[in-house]
Amino acid sequence: MDTLNVLLMGFISIVIVNNLVFTKFLGICPYLGVSGRIDMAFGMGMAVTFVVTLSGTLTWLIDHLILIGTPLEVTRYVCFILVIAGAVQLVEMYLRKFFPSLYESFGIFLPLITTNCAILGLCLFINLWGIDSLLEAVVLSFGAGIGFTMAICIMAGIRENLNMADVPKCLKGAPITLITAGILALAFMGFAGMIR
Amino acid sequence: MTGKTEAKSTAYRQTLLAGLWRENPVFRLLLGMCPTLAVTAAVKPAFTMGCCVIFVLVCSNIIVSLMRDLLKPHLRILMFTLTIATFVTIADLFLKAFVPAMSETLGPYVPLIIVNCIIICRAEACASKNGLVISIIDAVGMGVGFTVTLCILSGIRELLATGAIFEIQILALLKDGGWFVPWAAMSMPVGAFITLGLMLGLVNKVTNKEA
Repeated sequence: MDTLNVLLMGFISIVIVNNLVFTKFLGICPYLGVSGRIDMAFGMGMAVTFVVTLSGTLTWLIDHLILIGTPLEVTRYVCFILVIAGAVQLVEMYLRKFFPSLYESFGIFLPLITTNCAILGLCLFINLWGIDSLLEAVVLSFGAGIGFTMAICIMAGIRENLNMADVPKCLKGAPITLITAGILALAFMGFAGMIR
Repeated sequence: MTGKTEAKSTAYRQTLLAGLWRENPVFRLLLGMCPTLAVTAAVKPAFTMGCCVIFVLVCSNIIVSLMRDLLKPHLRILMFTLTIATFVTIADLFLKAFVPAMSETLGPYVPLIIVNCIIICRAEACASKNGLVISIIDAVGMGVGFTVTLCILSGIRELLATGAIFEIQILALLKDGGWFVPWAAMSMPVGAFITLGLMLGLVNKVTNKEA
């Protein structure tokens, strides 16, 4: 029961209170790039969720089974980035085979997941927070993906309506998106202190 | 002969200046947004971050430029990433050893330089096509452009959040008998998003006037 409690709290914490996009500024590039249409945003979120769960779990395993306590610890970042690149490649092959239309619509953004800071950032945060159970690492990585999906979908919904709004010319595009994200971050600050 | 050297030095100057304004990584290319937003609560960490980025950018551009003829097209991104990861590890260990407090403040954002799009973008767009000298100049220009942007953004945020720049008090705070009430929100994520949004808007405005 106690474990369940910890896991549930961890999950809610990473989805809402410590949302990667709004409090840690991770994954801003795809957040600005792909949030134009809600279906693409959702697809991107799902791809990120899959990759982040996979790579979060794998990097935890590599860290704890091989690296910790050996001089090899200095190669941690290199190992992490290799695992992520591999996971992205896997997702790319899978999508191309089974969902070609989705694959087409992702275009350049799929390989760009490799350089999505949300994924490497999450792996580093798991390492930083000293998570020592595999189950917790899996739940946290999955939660991070869900949090990212939620953030990007909210943003896409707002931007679809923003297209019809009368925005000053110099603020069109990225600037107004950033300002909207700021207001969203303000809203999410309301959750701060709910857990931990 | 002199004409050739002159043309060369003009090209160098062009490359250097491109990073500072015309192709400024943050304002124009919208690259490297995560560190831009995350470390700019105060000038000091922002400046340190900028220096790390310059170091990694210059080193990785040198290596990529030297090995550009050996690269196989489908493996090149992987090689770029590994090169960058190596130099980021060096920078991270250096910070941990010599300025541990700063390393603590920056936290995971130093290793996150690996996935900073600026560096991989310069490796792909410049270093893998050009010679050593141009690559180094390009890296310095881009790196300095990034650092300057970071310092401006963090300067605005630090001034409004605490009334100080580089930890030197400029505006007298209300609690010390002055007039300035600090805006706590500026040091939080909200401040980062909104300040950068407004700065981008300003840059757009200035550019449109120029054109």
